[in-house]
Amino acid sequence: MTLKQIAVRNLMRRKGKAAFVLAGLAIGIATVVAVISFVEAMTGDINHKLEKYGANILIVPRAESLPLTYGGLSLGGVSFEMEEIRETDLARVNSIKNYRNIAALGPLVLGVVKIDTHRVLLSGVDFKTARILKPWWVVDGVFPEAEGVLSGSEAARVLNLQTGSPVNIKGRQLLVSGVLRPTGSQDDQLLFTTMATAQEILEKSGRVSMAEVAALCQNCPIDDMVQQISEALPGAKVMAIQQVVKGRMETLAHFRKFSYGVSGVVILIGALVVLVTMMGSVRERTEEIGIFRAIGFRKSHVMRIVFLEAGIVSVLAGLIGYAAGFAATSAGLRLFIEDRMVHLNVSPGLAAFSFGLALVIGLASSAYPALMAARMDPNDALRAL
Amino acid sequence: MSYILASNLVKKYGSGEATVTAISDMNFTISSGEFVGIMGVSGSGKSTLLSVMGAMNAPTSGCFVVDDIDIYRLKSEKRADFRREFLGFVFQSFHLVPYLTVIENVMLPLAIIKASGKKKRQMAESALAAVGLQSKSHRLPNQISGGEKERVAIARAIVNEPPILLADEPTGNLDTRTSLEIMDLLRQLNDGGMTIVMVTHSPDCAAFAGRVLQISDGFLISDN
Repeated sequence: MTLKQIAVRNLMRRKGKAAFVLAGLAIGIATVVAVISFVEAMTGDINHKLEKYGANILIVPRAESLPLTYGGLSLGGVSFEMEEIRETDLARVNSIKNYRNIAALGPLVLGVVKIDTHRVLLSGVDFKTARILKPWWVVDGVFPEAEGVLSGSEAARVLNLQTGSPVNIKGRQLLVSGVLRPTGSQDDQLLFTTMATAQEILEKSGRVSMAEVAALCQNCPIDDMVQQISEALPGAKVMAIQQVVKGRMETLAHFRKFSYGVSGVVILIGALVVLVTMMGSVRERTEEIGIFRAIGFRKSHVMRIVFLEAGIVSVLAGLIGYAAGFAATSAGLRLFIEDRMVHLNVSPGLAAFSFGLALVIGLASSAYPALMAARMDPNDALRAL
Repeated sequence: MSYILASNLVKKYGSGEATVTAISDMNFTISSGEFVGIMGVSGSGKSTLLSVMGAMNAPTSGCFVVDDIDIYRLKSEKRADFRREFLGFVFQSFHLVPYLTVIENVMLPLAIIKASGKKKRQMAESALAAVGLQSKSHRLPNQISGGEKERVAIARAIVNEPPILLADEPTGNLDTRTSLEIMDLLRQLNDGGMTIVMVTHSPDCAAFAGRVLQISDGFLISDN
């Protein structure tokens, strides 16, 4: 007979109570595991989706003058006569250390053209890349080929353009292949054509005015990417679009904090279940504890019995909670995330953490009941009958 | 050799006007190997005296010495060790653990000593043999009779081979025939050298003791 055997025998005798404590703690652990796993998977998914929505790094030619635009409004003449970036130089971006973090690199050539009596910005883009960088673009019509042009909604209104309309730009006859639905951005005011066509019209062969980069920043801080691109293009100015980056990070941080807060509350409830149930159990065992003390058990022996019982239940709760949390996360991901590419991996670190957390919560919650049991006066305990 | 000395023992409960004096200025000695009975009517202080002797109830004043150890000068955990090493206690209501088998109940005092499982089992079987209950070792307490429960309680009390056995009304819940069987058992243990102090209200049981301390209203009125 050992103290451990006494603990196990008592648990077996009070299976209902033991199961209740086990359930309370396991639910708490399962919630923590599910929340952490879900948050990590969702964070990865959200991050991935956010990064798909537009560029987060801009590459522009280095210029001495300050730009005179703010929030899309030009407050002075925007000069496009600065030295552009060579296309061959831009190719160096694909050789940086973290080139795998580049989801898309979209060069633009910009220039002002006159159509009828209106001055309008013409932009030459790689439409394949543009579709990655600007997934919110919805085209009434189709994307243009070499002799085509895509009109922003505002430009189409001002220039009275629609799909199929001819448009003469610097003596070159182009056909409107489509009109962008309103985006709420400066794209509404532009005309878009292929890079080669725009370079010919604007006489900027082999050069681009700027480039947009969509960088995947989950495993690489944005500042590192900016630094690496700057080193590859010493003649260009490389900037992170701070608002976009900060906004993303704040969204993820809020989501994470809320989730952890909820799981903290559930864990607290689990701990209270353990505390109250163990206290009730100790009160019911007044006679038994009196016997233990009368036959020579020290207070520490009595406490050890209570902790052993709590420890055994906690270990089981950790195992069951982890398995249940993992299963719940798998089910939740299938329900809430459409992207089948989101993966849930078995994490040994999380398993060890949940196991350890169950043990800590179970033992900590049993501390007061254990102390209560140890402090029982054997004489009073035996006389209580 | 065990030697028990009670010197000016007083035990009071409560305070102020509600104070109750359970033991009043009691003095006696018990030599090693004696069989002493403590007699008195209900409320005379017998059980209080036994609990003081069992190192479970500190006296209000006075001292209690066993084998030159002043029990109540020891810290709580040391007193627990003393109970384990020096005393075997037989309770009035048996106080067996209901979810442990007979042999597991007997092994209970061994749960905290350093010995192999095999050795502990041998000690328990030996104690059960001494009380004649080897055949019932795997029964639960609710599967045996009152007399058998008392034997199990005695086996548990002697499994550690303590020098002193304290028995509180060991035959209080038993019929006459079974009571005599239990008393015979206690006499055999005493014949083996164990010091026994037994609280009883039965003159028939007290007759088994070599000496009887008569208590009334907390006072020791005779020592025969």
